[in-house]
Amino acid sequence: MTSTAKMGTPIPADPARSRGAALRVATAIAEDVAAQHAHDVDLHARFPIETVDALRGAKLLSTAVSRELGGWGCEFSELTEICTRLARSCASSGMIFAMHTIQVASILNHRGGEGALDRYLRDLARDQRLIASATSEVGTGGDLRRSIAHVESTGTGGDRFRFEKTTTVSSYCEYADDLLLTLRRDAESAAGDQVAVLVQRGEWKLADIGEWNTLGMRGTCSPAARITGEGADPQILPDPFRAVAAVTMVPVSHLLWAAVWLGIAVDATDRARRFLQIKSRKDPDGSTIAANRLAQLSTRLRNMRAQLESEVRSYEERDSAHAAERASEPGTVLALNDLKLSASESVVAIVGEAMQVIGIEAYMNEGEFSLARHLRDAHSAALMINNDRIRATNADLLLVYKGR
Amino acid sequence: MKRADIENGVREVLAARGRISVDLAEFDPGCSLYDAGMTSHATVKVMLGLEDHFDVEFPDELLQRSVFDQIATIVGAIEKLLADQR
Repeated sequence: MTSTAKMGTPIPADPARSRGAALRVATAIAEDVAAQHAHDVDLHARFPIETVDALRGAKLLSTAVSRELGGWGCEFSELTEICTRLARSCASSGMIFAMHTIQVASILNHRGGEGALDRYLRDLARDQRLIASATSEVGTGGDLRRSIAHVESTGTGGDRFRFEKTTTVSSYCEYADDLLLTLRRDAESAAGDQVAVLVQRGEWKLADIGEWNTLGMRGTCSPAARITGEGADPQILPDPFRAVAAVTMVPVSHLLWAAVWLGIAVDATDRARRFLQIKSRKDPDGSTIAANRLAQLSTRLRNMRAQLESEVRSYEERDSAHAAERASEPGTVLALNDLKLSASESVVAIVGEAMQVIGIEAYMNEGEFSLARHLRDAHSAALMINNDRIRATNADLLLVYKGR
Repeated sequence: MKRADIENGVREVLAARGRISVDLAEFDPGCSLYDAGMTSHATVKVMLGLEDHFDVEFPDELLQRSVFDQIATIVGAIEKLLADQR
Protein backbone atom coordinates (compact mmCIF):
# COMPACT_ATOMS: atom_id res chain seq x y z
CA MET A 1 0.00 0.00 0.00
CA THR A 2 1.27 3.45 -0.82
CA SER A 3 -0.01 6.88 -0.11
CA THR A 4 0.49 9.69 -2.57
CA ALA A 5 2.12 12.99 -1.80
CA LYS A 6 0.98 16.28 -3.31
CA MET A 7 3.49 16.12 -6.14
CA GLY A 8 2.37 12.61 -7.08
CA THR A 9 5.45 10.98 -5.59
CA PRO A 10 4.48 7.64 -4.12
CA ILE A 11 5.54 7.26 -0.53
CA PRO A 12 6.24 3.71 0.54
CA ALA A 13 4.04 2.69 3.43
CA ASP A 14 5.91 2.03 6.61
CA PRO A 15 4.25 -0.99 8.22
CA ALA A 16 5.40 0.25 11.63
CA ARG A 17 3.35 3.38 11.00
CA SER A 18 0.07 1.87 9.86
CA ARG A 19 -3.23 2.94 11.39
CA GLY A 20 -3.34 2.15 15.08
CA ALA A 21 0.42 1.64 15.39
CA ALA A 22 1.02 4.98 17.11
CA LEU A 23 -1.84 4.32 19.51
CA ARG A 24 -0.38 0.92 20.41
CA VAL A 25 3.01 2.45 21.16
CA ALA A 26 1.37 5.27 23.15
CA THR A 27 -0.65 2.72 25.13
CA ALA A 28 2.52 0.90 26.13
CA ILE A 29 4.15 4.18 27.18
CA ALA A 30 1.03 5.18 29.13
CA GLU A 31 0.96 1.86 31.00
CA ASP A 32 4.67 1.35 31.54
CA VAL A 33 5.93 4.90 31.99
CA ALA A 34 3.24 7.57 32.52
CA ALA A 35 1.29 5.56 35.10
CA GLN A 36 4.45 4.81 37.10
CA HIS A 37 5.41 8.44 37.49
CA ALA A 38 1.98 10.14 37.60
CA HIS A 39 1.84 10.37 41.37
CA ASP A 40 5.34 11.79 41.72
CA VAL A 41 4.77 14.25 38.87
CA ASP A 42 1.61 15.47 40.61
CA LEU A 43 3.12 15.52 44.10
CA HIS A 44 6.11 17.62 43.10
CA ALA A 45 4.43 19.62 40.30
CA ARG A 46 7.24 18.47 38.04
CA PHE A 47 7.42 17.91 34.29
CA PRO A 48 6.73 14.27 33.31
CA ILE A 49 10.14 13.99 31.72
CA GLU A 50 10.13 10.17 31.65
CA THR A 51 6.91 10.10 29.62
CA VAL A 52 8.01 12.84 27.23
CA ASP A 53 11.38 11.14 26.76
CA ALA A 54 9.59 7.87 26.01
CA LEU A 55 7.30 9.62 23.49
CA ARG A 56 10.34 11.21 21.93
CA GLY A 57 12.20 7.87 21.84
CA ALA A 58 9.25 6.24 20.09
CA LYS A 59 9.06 9.22 17.69
CA LEU A 60 5.51 9.99 18.80
CA LEU A 61 6.10 13.77 18.81
CA SER A 62 5.56 13.64 15.04
CA THR A 63 2.27 11.72 14.97
CA ALA A 64 0.49 14.81 13.56
CA VAL A 65 3.18 15.62 10.97
CA SER A 66 2.24 14.39 7.51
CA ARG A 67 4.16 11.46 6.00
CA GLU A 68 5.59 13.61 3.20
CA LEU A 69 7.40 15.56 5.91
CA GLY A 70 8.64 12.49 7.74
CA GLY A 71 5.90 12.16 10.36
CA TRP A 72 3.34 9.44 11.07
CA GLY A 73 0.46 11.26 9.34
CA CYS A 74 -1.96 9.86 11.92
CA GLU A 75 -5.65 10.39 11.34
CA PHE A 76 -7.14 12.92 13.69
CA SER A 77 -9.20 10.28 15.50
CA GLU A 78 -6.02 8.40 16.37
CA LEU A 79 -4.49 11.58 17.81
CA THR A 80 -7.50 12.01 20.08
CA GLU A 81 -7.25 8.38 21.18
CA ILE A 82 -3.58 8.86 22.06
CA CYS A 83 -4.51 11.90 24.20
CA THR A 84 -7.20 9.88 25.97
CA ARG A 85 -4.92 6.90 26.54
CA LEU A 86 -2.07 8.97 27.97
CA ALA A 87 -4.46 10.96 30.16
CA ARG A 88 -5.92 7.77 31.64
CA SER A 89 -2.49 7.21 33.18
CA CYS A 90 -1.35 10.81 33.69
CA ALA A 91 -3.55 13.75 32.70
CA SER A 92 -0.61 16.16 32.63
CA SER A 93 1.22 13.92 30.13
CA GLY A 94 -1.92 13.68 27.99
CA MET A 95 -2.34 17.46 28.09
CA ILE A 96 1.29 18.08 27.14
CA PHE A 97 0.94 15.71 24.17
CA ALA A 98 -2.33 17.48 23.24
CA MET A 99 -0.81 20.97 23.44
CA HIS A 100 2.24 19.95 21.43
CA THR A 101 -0.05 18.41 18.79
CA ILE A 102 -2.14 21.61 18.61
CA GLN A 103 1.00 23.60 17.74
CA VAL A 104 2.13 21.04 15.15
CA ALA A 105 -1.32 21.05 13.50
CA SER A 106 -1.38 24.85 13.45
CA ILE A 107 1.97 25.02 11.65
CA LEU A 108 1.10 22.14 9.31
CA ASN A 109 -2.23 23.63 8.23
CA HIS A 110 -1.11 27.25 7.95
CA ARG A 111 2.45 27.09 6.65
CA GLY A 112 1.39 28.25 3.18
CA GLY A 113 4.18 27.84 0.68
CA GLU A 114 6.89 28.59 3.21
CA GLY A 115 9.79 26.25 2.58
CA ALA A 116 11.29 27.20 5.93
CA LEU A 117 8.23 25.89 7.75
CA ASP A 118 8.28 22.65 5.71
CA ARG A 119 11.90 22.25 6.71
CA TYR A 120 11.00 22.96 10.31
CA LEU A 121 8.38 20.18 10.37
CA ARG A 122 10.90 17.75 8.83
CA ASP A 123 13.38 18.74 11.54
CA LEU A 124 10.70 18.29 14.18
CA ALA A 125 9.98 14.77 12.92
CA ARG A 126 13.65 13.87 12.69
CA ASP A 127 14.81 15.39 15.97
CA GLN A 128 11.51 14.94 17.85
CA ARG A 129 11.36 18.57 18.91
CA LEU A 130 8.76 19.57 21.52
CA ILE A 131 6.77 22.77 20.79
CA ALA A 132 5.07 24.83 23.46
CA SER A 133 2.72 27.73 22.90
CA ALA A 134 2.72 31.22 24.36
CA THR A 135 -0.67 32.67 23.48
CA SER A 136 -1.65 34.08 26.89
CA GLU A 137 -0.53 37.55 27.86
CA VAL A 138 -0.71 39.80 30.89
CA GLY A 139 -3.26 42.54 30.15
CA THR A 140 -5.46 40.80 27.56
CA GLY A 141 -7.92 39.33 30.06
CA GLY A 142 -7.45 35.79 28.80
CA ASP A 143 -8.59 36.65 25.27
CA LEU A 144 -6.67 34.45 22.81
CA ARG A 145 -7.54 36.82 20.00
CA ARG A 146 -5.83 39.89 21.44
CA SER A 147 -2.15 40.65 21.89
CA ILE A 148 -0.17 43.54 23.29
CA ALA A 149 3.40 42.42 22.48
CA HIS A 150 4.31 42.92 18.84
CA VAL A 151 6.76 41.92 16.16
CA GLU A 152 9.54 44.48 15.98
CA SER A 153 11.58 44.60 12.77
CA THR A 154 15.31 44.86 13.24
CA GLY A 155 18.20 45.09 10.78
CA THR A 156 18.34 47.04 7.58
CA GLY A 157 16.46 44.67 5.28
CA GLY A 158 13.66 44.25 7.81
CA ASP A 159 14.08 40.51 7.50
CA ARG A 160 14.83 39.98 11.18
CA PHE A 161 12.55 40.62 14.10
CA ARG A 162 12.54 40.62 17.87
CA PHE A 163 9.83 40.52 20.54
CA GLU A 164 9.21 40.59 24.26
CA LYS A 165 6.07 39.10 25.75
CA THR A 166 4.87 38.52 29.31
CA THR A 167 2.56 35.52 29.58
CA THR A 168 0.14 34.53 32.33
CA VAL A 169 0.65 30.82 31.65
CA SER A 170 3.19 29.17 29.37
CA SER A 171 2.87 25.43 29.54
CA TYR A 172 6.08 23.38 29.83
CA CYS A 173 7.98 26.35 28.39
CA GLU A 174 11.11 25.45 30.36
CA TYR A 175 11.21 22.02 28.70
CA ALA A 176 10.23 22.91 25.14
CA ASP A 177 12.60 23.13 22.21
CA ASP A 178 10.50 25.61 20.28
CA LEU A 179 7.68 28.08 20.84
CA LEU A 180 4.68 29.14 18.80
CA LEU A 181 3.49 32.48 20.11
CA THR A 182 1.01 35.18 19.20
CA LEU A 183 2.10 38.75 18.62
CA ARG A 184 0.58 41.83 17.02
CA ARG A 185 1.72 42.12 13.42
CA ASP A 186 3.67 45.32 14.16
CA ALA A 187 3.80 48.22 16.60
CA GLU A 188 0.87 50.02 14.88
CA SER A 189 -1.46 46.99 14.60
CA ALA A 190 -4.71 46.69 16.53
CA ALA A 191 -4.83 44.17 19.38
CA GLY A 192 -6.71 41.72 17.14
CA ASP A 193 -4.32 41.94 14.20
CA GLN A 194 -2.11 39.05 15.30
CA VAL A 195 0.38 36.68 13.71
CA ALA A 196 1.62 33.29 14.92
CA VAL A 197 5.38 33.24 15.24
CA LEU A 198 7.63 30.21 15.55
CA VAL A 199 10.91 30.58 17.41
CA GLN A 200 13.38 27.75 17.89
CA ARG A 201 15.75 26.85 20.68
CA GLY A 202 18.54 29.40 20.89
CA GLU A 203 16.29 32.15 19.51
CA TRP A 204 14.24 32.68 22.66
CA LYS A 205 14.89 33.10 26.36
CA LEU A 206 12.79 32.91 29.51
CA ALA A 207 13.06 35.40 32.35
CA ASP A 208 11.03 36.18 35.47
CA ILE A 209 9.59 32.68 35.55
CA GLY A 210 6.71 32.54 38.01
CA GLU A 211 5.76 29.76 40.36
CA TRP A 212 3.62 26.84 39.24
CA ASN A 213 1.90 25.48 42.30
CA THR A 214 -1.65 24.72 41.26
CA LEU A 215 -4.58 22.58 42.32
CA GLY A 216 -4.23 20.21 39.36
CA MET A 217 -2.53 19.58 36.03
CA ARG A 218 0.61 20.13 38.05
CA GLY A 219 2.87 18.28 35.63
CA THR A 220 2.16 20.69 32.79
CA CYS A 221 4.46 23.21 34.55
CA SER A 222 2.80 26.32 33.12
CA PRO A 223 4.13 29.36 34.98
CA ALA A 224 3.88 33.00 33.98
CA ALA A 225 7.06 34.14 32.25
CA ARG A 226 8.67 36.95 30.32
CA ILE A 227 9.78 35.64 26.95
CA THR A 228 12.20 37.48 24.71
CA GLY A 229 13.47 36.39 21.35
CA GLU A 230 14.40 37.10 17.79
CA GLY A 231 14.18 35.31 14.49
CA ALA A 232 13.86 35.53 10.71
CA ASP A 233 10.73 36.42 8.74
CA PRO A 234 9.77 33.01 7.31
CA GLN A 235 9.11 31.83 10.86
CA ILE A 236 5.93 33.93 10.88
CA LEU A 237 3.01 31.77 9.76
CA PRO A 238 1.74 33.31 6.52
CA ASP A 239 -1.95 33.04 7.51
CA PRO A 240 -3.17 35.71 9.94
CA PHE A 241 -3.58 34.32 13.43
CA ARG A 242 -7.35 34.82 13.30
CA ALA A 243 -7.43 32.17 10.55
CA VAL A 244 -4.99 29.89 12.40
CA ALA A 245 -7.16 30.20 15.51
CA ALA A 246 -10.52 29.73 13.79
CA VAL A 247 -9.57 26.92 11.41
CA THR A 248 -7.10 24.91 13.49
CA MET A 249 -5.96 26.06 16.90
CA VAL A 250 -9.34 26.50 18.59
CA PRO A 251 -11.14 23.48 17.06
CA VAL A 252 -8.15 21.18 17.60
CA SER A 253 -7.76 22.45 21.18
CA HIS A 254 -11.39 21.73 21.99
CA LEU A 255 -11.16 18.25 20.48
CA LEU A 256 -7.85 17.21 22.03
CA TRP A 257 -8.58 18.75 25.42
CA ALA A 258 -11.92 16.94 25.51
CA ALA A 259 -10.01 13.75 24.66
CA VAL A 260 -7.71 14.34 27.65
CA TRP A 261 -10.66 14.98 29.97
CA LEU A 262 -12.28 11.81 28.65
CA GLY A 263 -9.13 9.95 29.72
CA ILE A 264 -9.48 11.27 33.27
CA ALA A 265 -13.16 10.25 33.31
CA VAL A 266 -12.39 6.78 31.90
CA ASP A 267 -9.80 6.08 34.57
CA ALA A 268 -12.06 7.34 37.36
CA THR A 269 -14.87 5.09 36.11
CA ASP A 270 -12.45 2.14 35.81
CA ARG A 271 -11.37 2.62 39.40
CA ALA A 272 -14.99 2.81 40.59
CA ARG A 273 -15.91 -0.34 38.67
CA ARG A 274 -12.89 -2.30 39.94
CA PHE A 275 -13.59 -1.20 43.47
CA LEU A 276 -17.23 -2.24 43.32
CA GLN A 277 -16.42 -5.57 41.70
CA ILE A 278 -13.98 -6.48 44.48
CA LYS A 279 -16.50 -5.39 47.09
CA SER A 280 -19.35 -7.25 45.46
CA ARG A 281 -17.41 -10.50 45.30
CA LYS A 282 -17.28 -10.42 49.07
CA ASP A 283 -20.86 -9.21 49.56
CA PRO A 284 -22.97 -9.54 46.39
CA ASP A 285 -26.05 -7.86 47.89
CA GLY A 286 -24.29 -5.10 49.73
CA SER A 287 -23.85 -2.36 47.16
CA THR A 288 -27.12 -1.79 45.31
CA ILE A 289 -27.02 1.96 45.61
CA ALA A 290 -23.37 2.18 44.58
CA ALA A 291 -24.03 -0.21 41.68
CA ASN A 292 -26.87 1.97 40.46
CA ARG A 293 -24.61 4.95 40.68
CA LEU A 294 -21.96 3.11 38.67
CA ALA A 295 -24.57 2.37 36.00
CA GLN A 296 -25.40 6.07 35.85
CA LEU A 297 -21.70 6.87 35.62
CA SER A 298 -21.33 4.51 32.69
CA THR A 299 -24.15 6.31 30.84
CA ARG A 300 -22.55 9.70 31.42
CA LEU A 301 -19.17 8.43 30.25
CA ARG A 302 -20.69 6.99 27.08
CA ASN A 303 -22.40 10.29 26.31
CA MET A 304 -19.17 12.15 26.84
CA ARG A 305 -17.32 9.83 24.47
CA ALA A 306 -20.12 9.91 21.87
CA GLN A 307 -20.14 13.70 21.73
CA LEU A 308 -16.36 13.80 21.28
CA GLU A 309 -16.42 11.12 18.57
CA SER A 310 -19.18 12.92 16.71
CA GLU A 311 -17.21 16.18 16.67
CA VAL A 312 -14.01 14.35 15.68
CA ARG A 313 -15.88 12.89 12.69
CA SER A 314 -17.18 16.32 11.67
CA TYR A 315 -13.65 17.69 11.89
CA GLU A 316 -12.20 14.83 9.83
CA GLU A 317 -14.93 15.12 7.22
CA ARG A 318 -14.60 18.84 6.67
CA ASP A 319 -13.59 19.75 3.18
CA SER A 320 -10.16 21.37 3.38
CA ALA A 321 -11.01 23.70 0.47
CA HIS A 322 -13.82 25.26 2.48
CA ALA A 323 -12.33 24.74 5.93
CA ALA A 324 -12.05 28.46 6.60
CA GLU A 325 -15.72 29.21 5.90
CA ARG A 326 -16.96 26.10 7.67
CA ALA A 327 -14.85 26.80 10.76
CA SER A 328 -16.47 30.17 11.35
CA GLU A 329 -20.05 29.07 10.60
CA PRO A 330 -22.13 29.48 13.73
CA GLY A 331 -23.29 25.85 13.63
CA THR A 332 -19.67 24.63 13.72
CA VAL A 333 -18.58 27.07 16.42
CA LEU A 334 -21.62 26.26 18.58
CA ALA A 335 -21.04 22.51 18.29
CA LEU A 336 -17.36 22.70 19.27
CA ASN A 337 -18.06 25.14 22.09
CA ASP A 338 -20.79 22.81 23.33
CA LEU A 339 -18.27 19.95 23.31
CA LYS A 340 -15.87 22.03 25.41
CA LEU A 341 -18.57 23.09 27.88
CA SER A 342 -20.07 19.65 28.15
CA ALA A 343 -16.82 17.63 28.39
CA SER A 344 -15.28 20.00 30.93
CA GLU A 345 -18.35 19.75 33.16
CA SER A 346 -18.87 16.01 32.62
CA VAL A 347 -15.35 15.14 33.72
CA VAL A 348 -15.87 16.86 37.08
CA ALA A 349 -19.28 15.21 37.52
CA ILE A 350 -17.97 11.77 36.57
CA VAL A 351 -14.96 11.92 38.90
CA GLY A 352 -17.26 13.16 41.69
CA GLU A 353 -19.69 10.29 41.17
CA ALA A 354 -16.88 7.76 40.97
CA MET A 355 -15.67 9.13 44.28
CA GLN A 356 -19.13 8.61 45.71
CA VAL A 357 -19.07 4.97 44.55
CA ILE A 358 -15.66 4.27 46.09
CA GLY A 359 -15.95 6.34 49.24
CA ILE A 360 -13.08 7.16 51.54
CA GLU A 361 -10.47 5.26 49.52
CA ALA A 362 -11.11 7.64 46.63
CA TYR A 363 -10.63 10.58 48.95
CA MET A 364 -7.15 9.39 49.96
CA ASN A 365 -4.28 11.14 48.23
CA GLU A 366 -2.64 7.82 47.40
CA GLY A 367 -3.67 4.29 46.62
CA GLU A 368 -5.21 2.10 43.97
CA PHE A 369 -8.59 3.77 44.31
CA SER A 370 -7.51 7.34 44.98
CA LEU A 371 -9.28 9.93 42.83
CA ALA A 372 -7.72 12.99 44.42
CA ARG A 373 -5.45 13.74 41.48
CA HIS A 374 -8.27 13.06 39.00
CA LEU A 375 -10.58 15.48 40.78
CA ARG A 376 -7.96 18.21 40.95
CA ASP A 377 -6.93 17.72 37.32
CA ALA A 378 -10.59 17.71 36.22
CA HIS A 379 -11.23 21.13 37.71
CA SER A 380 -8.77 22.73 35.28
CA ALA A 381 -11.10 21.91 32.39
CA ALA A 382 -13.65 24.67 32.97
CA LEU A 383 -10.88 27.25 33.25
CA MET A 384 -8.82 26.45 30.13
CA ILE A 385 -10.57 29.16 28.13
CA ASN A 386 -13.07 29.98 30.83
CA ASN A 387 -16.43 28.30 30.32
CA ASP A 388 -18.19 31.58 31.12
CA ARG A 389 -16.43 33.18 28.16
CA ILE A 390 -17.41 30.31 25.87
CA ARG A 391 -21.00 30.39 27.08
CA ALA A 392 -21.11 34.15 26.38
CA THR A 393 -19.93 33.48 22.82
CA ASN A 394 -22.63 30.86 22.35
CA ALA A 395 -25.22 33.23 23.79
CA ASP A 396 -24.16 35.82 21.19
CA LEU A 397 -24.21 33.33 18.33
CA LEU A 398 -27.63 32.02 19.24
CA LEU A 399 -29.03 35.54 18.76
CA VAL A 400 -28.14 35.42 15.06
CA TYR A 401 -28.00 31.66 14.29
CA LYS A 402 -30.92 30.58 12.13
CA GLY A 403 -30.40 26.87 12.79
CA ARG A 404 -30.15 25.83 9.16
CA MET B 1 -32.40 51.15 -2.17
CA LYS B 2 -29.34 52.83 -3.67
CA ARG B 3 -25.86 51.55 -2.86
CA ALA B 4 -24.94 54.90 -1.29
CA ASP B 5 -27.98 54.70 1.02
CA ILE B 6 -27.07 51.15 2.01
CA GLU B 7 -23.51 52.20 2.72
CA ASN B 8 -24.70 55.11 4.88
CA GLY B 9 -27.00 52.76 6.79
CA VAL B 10 -24.15 50.30 7.32
CA ARG B 11 -21.89 53.08 8.61
CA GLU B 12 -24.65 54.25 10.94
CA VAL B 13 -25.13 50.75 12.40
CA LEU B 14 -21.38 50.21 12.72
CA ALA B 15 -21.00 53.52 14.54
CA ALA B 16 -23.80 52.63 16.95
CA ARG B 17 -22.92 48.98 17.56
CA GLY B 18 -19.43 48.21 16.26
CA ARG B 19 -17.49 49.59 19.24
CA ILE B 20 -14.59 50.62 17.05
CA SER B 21 -12.60 53.68 18.00
CA VAL B 22 -12.33 55.10 14.47
CA ASP B 23 -14.46 57.66 12.64
CA LEU B 24 -16.91 55.41 10.77
CA ALA B 25 -18.06 58.27 8.51
CA GLU B 26 -14.54 58.46 7.07
CA PHE B 27 -13.51 54.79 7.31
CA ASP B 28 -12.25 53.27 4.02
CA PRO B 29 -14.91 50.79 2.83
CA GLY B 30 -12.15 48.40 1.73
CA CYS B 31 -10.31 48.32 5.05
CA SER B 32 -10.66 45.58 7.63
CA LEU B 33 -13.02 46.38 10.48
CA TYR B 34 -11.50 43.54 12.49
CA ASP B 35 -8.04 44.99 12.11
CA ALA B 36 -9.54 48.28 13.31
CA GLY B 37 -10.57 46.50 16.49
CA MET B 38 -14.09 45.16 15.93
CA THR B 39 -14.61 42.09 18.14
CA SER B 40 -16.71 38.98 17.51
CA HIS B 41 -19.10 40.14 20.22
CA ALA B 42 -19.53 43.53 18.52
CA THR B 43 -20.04 41.76 15.17
CA VAL B 44 -23.12 40.05 16.60
CA LYS B 45 -24.51 43.40 17.76
CA VAL B 46 -23.78 44.87 14.32
CA MET B 47 -25.51 41.96 12.64
CA LEU B 48 -28.61 42.37 14.82
CA GLY B 49 -28.54 46.11 14.10
CA LEU B 50 -28.33 45.49 10.35
CA GLU B 51 -31.20 42.98 10.46
CA ASP B 52 -33.31 45.61 12.21
CA HIS B 53 -32.21 48.59 10.10
CA PHE B 54 -32.69 46.92 6.70
CA ASP B 55 -35.43 44.50 7.77
CA VAL B 56 -33.50 41.48 6.49
CA GLU B 57 -32.33 38.17 7.96
CA PHE B 58 -28.76 37.00 7.54
CA PRO B 59 -28.82 33.30 6.65
CA ASP B 60 -26.21 31.14 8.43
CA GLU B 61 -23.98 30.93 5.36
CA LEU B 62 -23.52 34.72 5.47
CA LEU B 63 -22.55 34.72 9.13
CA GLN B 64 -18.88 34.70 8.17
CA ARG B 65 -16.01 36.82 9.28
CA SER B 66 -15.24 37.54 5.62
CA VAL B 67 -18.73 39.06 5.15
CA PHE B 68 -18.31 41.42 8.10
CA ASP B 69 -14.67 42.25 7.52
CA GLN B 70 -15.21 45.44 5.50
CA ILE B 71 -17.91 48.02 4.93
CA ALA B 72 -17.80 47.03 1.24
CA THR B 73 -18.42 43.34 1.96
CA ILE B 74 -21.29 44.14 4.34
CA VAL B 75 -22.87 46.44 1.73
CA GLY B 76 -22.53 43.65 -0.85
CA ALA B 77 -24.27 41.19 1.47
CA ILE B 78 -27.14 43.62 2.22
CA GLU B 79 -27.59 44.35 -1.50
CA LYS B 80 -27.87 40.62 -2.17
CA LEU B 81 -30.34 40.08 0.69
CA LEU B 82 -32.51 43.00 -0.45
CA ALA B 83 -32.43 41.75 -4.05
CA ASP B 84 -33.43 38.23 -2.92
CA GLN B 85 -36.42 39.70 -1.07
CA ARG B 86 -37.88 41.18 -4.22
